[in-house]
Amino acid sequence: MNIVDLNTTSVREFNARLHEVRSDSEADDWQVLNPKGKHSLAVGLQAPHRVGIEGSVGYYCGGMNKSAKVTVTGQCGKGLGENIMSGVIHVSGNAAEAAGASGRGGLIVIDGDASSRCGISMKGVDIVVTGSVGHMSGFMAQAGRLVVLGDADEDLGASIYEADIYVRGETGALGADCVEKEMTPDHVKSLSLLLQQARVECPTGDFHRYGSARKLYNFHVDNACRY
Amino acid sequence: MCGIVGLFLKNPKLENTLGSLLKPMLTEMTERGPDSAGFAVYGPKARKNHIKLTILATETVDWPTISSDIERLLAKNIDYYERADHAVFIVPGEEAKIRKFLNVRHPALHITSAGRQLEVFKQTGLPTIVSSRLGLGEMIGSHAIGHTRMATESGISPMHSHPFSAAQDFCLVHNGSLSNHNGVRATLRRVGIIFDSDNDTEVAARYIAHRMSLGRSLQDALTDSLDALDGFYTFAIGSKDGFAVMRDSIAAKPAVLGETADWVAMASEYRALAALPGIETAQLWEPKPATVYSWSHERMAEAA
Repeated sequence: MNIVDLNTTSVREFNARLHEVRSDSEADDWQVLNPKGKHSLAVGLQAPHRVGIEGSVGYYCGGMNKSAKVTVTGQCGKGLGENIMSGVIHVSGNAAEAAGASGRGGLIVIDGDASSRCGISMKGVDIVVTGSVGHMSGFMAQAGRLVVLGDADEDLGASIYEADIYVRGETGALGADCVEKEMTPDHVKSLSLLLQQARVECPTGDFHRYGSARKLYNFHVDNACRY
Repeated sequence: MCGIVGLFLKNPKLENTLGSLLKPMLTEMTERGPDSAGFAVYGPKARKNHIKLTILATETVDWPTISSDIERLLAKNIDYYERADHAVFIVPGEEAKIRKFLNVRHPALHITSAGRQLEVFKQTGLPTIVSSRLGLGEMIGSHAIGHTRMATESGISPMHSHPFSAAQDFCLVHNGSLSNHNGVRATLRRVGIIFDSDNDTEVAARYIAHRMSLGRSLQDALTDSLDALDGFYTFAIGSKDGFAVMRDSIAAKPAVLGETADWVAMASEYRALAALPGIETAQLWEPKPATVYSWSHERMAEAA
C-alpha cells in the first residue's frame, strides 16, 4: 500500500508517481489523504492501480483514466472522469457538473447526486447515478449508458445522437430530439447487467428509457427559410 | 474567471470568528482572481439612527481632517475608525448630503458602502495581502461575502473591485461576465442612477437595488435580473438580514453550496470551503439554474 498525504505531497508529484508505473504492471494500491478539493487528482492513469482518495476532490478527478479503479470517499468537483477510456471511478458522495464528460469507456458510479450536464458528450462510458442528475444531462451524448435511479432535471438528452439513458424517477421537460423509447427485453438485460457491475441493487422494472429521435441527424429542407 | 465566497453564520457563537473563517476561503480563491480582492462584512449594528459609511482613500488623506470636515457639515460629533486605506465613519444618517459633500470637496475618496451593519473593503493586489492589510481575520459579524478578481471587461482599480454596494446594507459579488451591461447601465442612468465605474458587476448591483427601491423584494428583484441581465453569472448577495445565491439559467459558471447546523457557505470551488469546521459532514450541492437560494436570520428565528 502506497500512502500519499497531499498536505505534504504536491498533486504533480502524486500524479507523476502513478504515471511511472508501467501499464502492464500488476495492480497496486494507493491511499490518498487530505485531498481538500484539489484539482486533477489521479488523472491520466495508464496502469491497473487501485486508488482510494479519502475526502472531497476538485475538478477533473480520474480524468482520462485507463484501467485504474479510483474510489473517492467524499464529493467531487466538476468533470469527474472526464474522457475516461476504461476502468472504474466510484464516488461515495455527490458529483458536480459534467461528470463523465466525453468519456469513451469504463464505468463511473456516483452514490449521491450528480449535478448538471452529467454525461455531456459521452462516447461510450457507462454512468450510474444512485441519486438524481441536474439539467442538460446526456447533452449531445453519442454512445454509452447513463442510468439515474432518482430524477433528472430539464433538458435531459438535449441534442442526443445515440446512447441509452435510463431514468427511474421523474424527468423535467426532455431536451431537443430526446424522446422516451421502448424498454425491450434486451434493454432490461443490458441495464440489469450494468447495475450488477456497478453493485447497485435496484429492480429494473421502474426504469424508463430515453434516446434520440434522430430528427437532428440531417438537414431538413423545411428549415431552409431559417438560414 | 474570478472567485467568490460567502459565509452566513447560523450559530451566533461563531460570530467572533467570521473574519478568521472567511480569510482562508478568500485566499484559497487566489488562482481564480489575483488582480484584486474585496469583502463585505455584516458586523455589529451602528447605534440607533446611525449608519456606517465605509470610505476608501484612493490617495493618501488625513482622516482627522476628513472627520472634522464631516462634523462641520453635519454640525455634530462623529466617530470613525481606520483600516489601512479605508475608514469607517459612524454618522447620523445624512448619507446623500455626505456623498455630495465628499464628491465635491474630497474627490479622492470613494464610499464603498453604507448601512447599519455593512462594511465593504476592497483593493487591488493579491487576496492574502489585501485581506491581511485590512485585518479581515479579526473582523466579527453575522455574514460576509468576498471576491477575488481576474479582470476581463474593465480596468483594475479599487473602484472596479467587488463587492459592489448599491443600497444601504446591500451588496453583490459576481463570478462570470455580463454581455449587455452597457445597455442596462444607459437605461439606469436615464432614471438618475449614478455609477462609480464602467464595471459590469456594478450594473447588476445597481439594477437589483433599483428594482428593490421600486418595492420589489430581493427574491423578486433577482428574478427580474434573470430577464434583464444577459451573460454567464453566479451572484452572491449580502443583505441586512441574510445572504442569497443565484446562477443564470444556463448555470455554466461555478458555484458550490455547503450547509451544516452552524453555517451556510458558498464558493466558486469546493476547496475554498475545505477548511471550514464541520465540512466533513456538511451537505454539499451545486445550486440549480435560475433559482434563488437565500438564508435570513429573521426567517431562522421565525422557524425556531
